[in-house]
Amino acid sequence: MGETAIDPEDDRKARFEALAREQLPRLYGLARRLTNDGAEDLVQECLLNAYRSYGTLQTAEAGPAWLQQILVNAFRDRLRKQARTVEEVDVDEIDEFSLYRTIADEDPFPYSDSLHVDFLQAFGREDVYAVLARMPEIYRAPLVLRYMQGFSTKEIARMMDTPLGTTLARLHRGRKLFEREMWAYAEDAGLLDKEVSP
Amino acid sequence: MSDRAIPCSDAVRRLWDYLDKTLSPEDQVLVESHLAFCRRCCGELEFAKELRAFMASDEVDEIPVEVKERLERFMEEL
Repeated sequence: MGETAIDPEDDRKARFEALAREQLPRLYGLARRLTNDGAEDLVQECLLNAYRSYGTLQTAEAGPAWLQQILVNAFRDRLRKQARTVEEVDVDEIDEFSLYRTIADEDPFPYSDSLHVDFLQAFGREDVYAVLARMPEIYRAPLVLRYMQGFSTKEIARMMDTPLGTTLARLHRGRKLFEREMWAYAEDAGLLDKEVSP
Repeated sequence: MSDRAIPCSDAVRRLWDYLDKTLSPEDQVLVESHLAFCRRCCGELEFAKELRAFMASDEVDEIPVEVKERLERFMEEL
């Protein structure tokens, strides 16, 4: 009996789908961190672009990072198309803020022996998304890519197509904004009213 | 204290870059020298480490079932 020949196009599509299915939760999580709305659209755009350029993927091991890069490219292009005025934040205003000192001064959990750790543990995954959503996207992206996705600052500069100096400045402001918004969100969402277990 | 000592505000501003090892060797030494005598900034440093670990959580995100189904259908139609 002769063997049934596998259509190369079907094989290519099956391999792409296997990779993409496995990475869907990570891609969707990254999209939600980067953008306030349209995370699902962003993942669709990523899948479409990735499928079209699947032939450029060198090895299967490189697949997850390759998909993330394509999603970030789609996000960057979307930011450009929106052509919004860049929402630059006054550095002096946010440089003064220290989350560490604010927690120590305000002492939200008076019976806690580990005040700062308890503050962080009050945040669930959805709370983190909510904090990110309060930040302008130009500061969110470097923060998310550096500290949540683990890319280097040089990689982020390349991915976002911004000079390294601009990337570092936005990363600095992004960190400060994230800290400030964590505190503001914790107050607004009532996270500071919860009892800390002894 | 040496002539090149930095105040807490400068040290704190550089802490994350210090942890990222993206400071110049000179600035790295300035921050280290400051941390050697400043207990409060050591607290800031420990908290910066905690916050980075908190942000880097490698838990895989949950994807809502209906979103997953729509994305899978989208893939099948490619």
